[in-house]
Amino acid sequence: MTTTGQPRLLGTDKPPTLVSRLMDNRWAGLAGLLVAVLAPFVIATPYALSVMTSAAIFVMLAAGLNIVVGYCGLLDLGYVAFFAVGAYTAGVLTTRVGLPLLATVPAVLVVTVIAGVVIGAPTLRLRSDYLAIVTLGFGEIIRITANNLDVTGGPSGIYGIPSLTANPVVFYYVTVAVVALAVLGAARLGRSRMGRAWRFIREDEDAAEAMGVHTYKVKLAAYIAGAVWGGLAGVLFAAHLSAISPTSFTFLQSALVLMAVVLGGMGSIPGVVVGAVVISLLPEFLRDLADYRFFLFGVLLIVVMLVRPQGLWPARSKEALK
Amino acid sequence: MSLLEVEDLRLRFGGLLAIDGLSFSVEEGEIVSVIGPNGAGKTSAFNCVTGFYRASSGRLALRGENLLGLRPSAVAARGIARTFQNLRLFGELSVLDNVRAGAHLWLRQGILDALLHTPRYRRSERECTEQAHHWLDFVGLRGDRYGAARNLPYGEQRRAEIARALARRPDLLLLDEPAAGLNQGEKAEMLDLIRRVQGLGIAIVLIEHDMGLVMDVSERVVVLNFGQKIADGRPDDVRKDPAVIAAYLGSEAHA
Amino acid sequence: MTQLVWNGLFVGSFYALVALGYSMVYGIIKLLNFAHGDLYMLGAFVGFAILGAAGGVSPAMTLPVLLAVLVATMAGTGLAGVALERIAYRPLRHAPRLSLLITAVGASFALEYGMRAGAGADPRVYPVRLDGASFEVLGARVTLQQLVLIGLAVVLMAGLNLLVTRTREGRAMRAIALDPRTSRLMGIDVDAVISRTFFIGSALAGAAGVMAGAYYGKIDFLMGFLIGLKAFTAAVIGGIGNIPGTMLGGLLLGLLESFGTFWLGGEWRDVFAFGVLILFLTVRPTGLLGERVVERV
Repeated sequence: MTTTGQPRLLGTDKPPTLVSRLMDNRWAGLAGLLVAVLAPFVIATPYALSVMTSAAIFVMLAAGLNIVVGYCGLLDLGYVAFFAVGAYTAGVLTTRVGLPLLATVPAVLVVTVIAGVVIGAPTLRLRSDYLAIVTLGFGEIIRITANNLDVTGGPSGIYGIPSLTANPVVFYYVTVAVVALAVLGAARLGRSRMGRAWRFIREDEDAAEAMGVHTYKVKLAAYIAGAVWGGLAGVLFAAHLSAISPTSFTFLQSALVLMAVVLGGMGSIPGVVVGAVVISLLPEFLRDLADYRFFLFGVLLIVVMLVRPQGLWPARSKEALK
Repeated sequence: MSLLEVEDLRLRFGGLLAIDGLSFSVEEGEIVSVIGPNGAGKTSAFNCVTGFYRASSGRLALRGENLLGLRPSAVAARGIARTFQNLRLFGELSVLDNVRAGAHLWLRQGILDALLHTPRYRRSERECTEQAHHWLDFVGLRGDRYGAARNLPYGEQRRAEIARALARRPDLLLLDEPAAGLNQGEKAEMLDLIRRVQGLGIAIVLIEHDMGLVMDVSERVVVLNFGQKIADGRPDDVRKDPAVIAAYLGSEAHA
Repeated sequence: MTQLVWNGLFVGSFYALVALGYSMVYGIIKLLNFAHGDLYMLGAFVGFAILGAAGGVSPAMTLPVLLAVLVATMAGTGLAGVALERIAYRPLRHAPRLSLLITAVGASFALEYGMRAGAGADPRVYPVRLDGASFEVLGARVTLQQLVLIGLAVVLMAGLNLLVTRTREGRAMRAIALDPRTSRLMGIDVDAVISRTFFIGSALAGAAGVMAGAYYGKIDFLMGFLIGLKAFTAAVIGGIGNIPGTMLGGLLLGLLESFGTFWLGGEWRDVFAFGVLILFLTVRPTGLLGERVVERV
């Protein structure tokens, strides 16, 4: 395939190389899924499975935050709040009410949507930097509330949340399937009319309004979508660990998810997935650096913004020719 | 009933009356130019009409339907599209995506369609892309449509912005200095484009400093100074109007 | 009742001191410096290090020594703030807002966990504690150390206010806040003024850090996180970018927290504070003394 055969391509951009075509291709997604499916055949110790399951859940979080930060350009520093809301809703309903885990999903959807509206509705009218710090405050509010209430088990949290299956391998595959669907869903939303509107807002809010995009409603939609992704990831998290406590939902978690999104490439689905896998697996490979890990993450965040703000695997503005 | 009616519009910034009792109207399919010295309130008037500024008082209506107090997206939904004085393309997005923004209001596609890639989704996306190509052809864009909009040359960006506004399928198009920064050849093309847009039955209001273009293309000229209308009429009459000459003395001399 | 008011004013003066740096930086370059709370933490640790290096301090000399350490620490954190701006923020001044905010989060992280790597994760006990007699004023128990700290805070804030309203430097700051480009055309060295703004704001945060260390006796690498949030809340309540407003906001937040804690219990204190923040942003985002912007829908 050469550029000369394409009548409308008169720009100065370089022709696609083999690597860029591979990266842009939908095969990248399938390849990633294949890696996830084959991983247990390489290593399947209980510990490795647990780490991989956690990494998959982290990918889902990153895909959800990417809707808010990457597509819509809204900085959410309390994203873990929705993760907590999902996990606690599932935990409370299974242990206190006795519902099976799957039956909590509709309730989780409802509760996270409500949480998204409650947080988003007052703050999305504000300047974007106010939003960042208010979401940070909300993340703390949720965590402290979980810490203080009896129904959430206070500081010790909730124990004995039933899993979907006793077999960790099966649970890993269930998680991978759910996460793959979530990533695909986020990607499809991103390419749709709504996803384009998100990007218009990110690029220029006034121009988006002038084209008829109700920026407030559309931002709220992004926020709610992010909340739903986070909440569902929370259900997986609760089922995976069978115990949750407020310490799992600190600002540190929100910041790590943000790092995955920024490092990988805001708005780029493959970038965000790779970023999330790297951020969640890196500690396993760099045990010696444990003390410096978060310090390095912070420095990395600055360096990426200064040197390569589009991330390691950026979203392309160039459209594929069909 | 006129297409656009502006009556006794006032806009106050702190102690300053940026627009002071402005009234004018635009008929269906008409080309009206709004001219005046810098700071006369031309762009402020545009911003009031399109909902970016909330007028302090007055009446604004499109085909008799009130526009006052609506947010910009609601004004756009009533059938008004605009361009901006300083280009406001979505720079990182492809040129095609920019023009697809014009389709936002009429594209019928739900969240579930997008998640499940239903036939309706595929159909609507195809239509949206075809329309985007159509309007880019219409404005005569020669550059790369698939690349980022910020990579287009300046004149092409002006055209892409108009294509985006046209994809909205408006009844009224507001152009804020469409010829600013264009060379003579590009200006001639812009003149031709404005006429072809009028040929589609779309009314146009333009703010422009290039008097040659204004006199050439306008059916009517509205002149503002200090937030007030000082003249309104056919280009030839406005040109001879003593109040207009007084307002422009000095600013016209070195233009 | 008076006790609650006094406690509120005392905590509030800390908030105000930290909030000022937030507010000044926001006023001049419209950046929410997330790392600002961590400069407060840095101040506490710098003071800790200086005191540790100096060895023991005789009880009689506590106050003069503490003042000397305070000045040294302010210089240290001030320079750290300048370096932060120079390295992380200045190159991005014309980049999209999101990039700058993310950089600020990164800076906050680097400072917190850099400190953890350097000084350890466990809380450190401050080598100097202010002691003093307590006495009753209108039914509230007031300690001498509280009076000293409040007095210090008031002196610092009054000095800042004089600087901003009465000097050439202050005029340059206000000019840049209004219009950086025109300020540059008028011959103001914008970069230098921004640097000095960071210096002053960070120095105030550092001072608050030392004072907090000396008062509470314990410091740790995450101590700046919460106070950063609180300071932002205080700035928003008063009107971010407005200096008297920010001081007022700090005191008001202290009072609100004091009463909120009394009614709801200590474990809800922070929830209450952030609730106030969200309420303010919803009802009056410009704050109590913030100027109204032109209504632009």
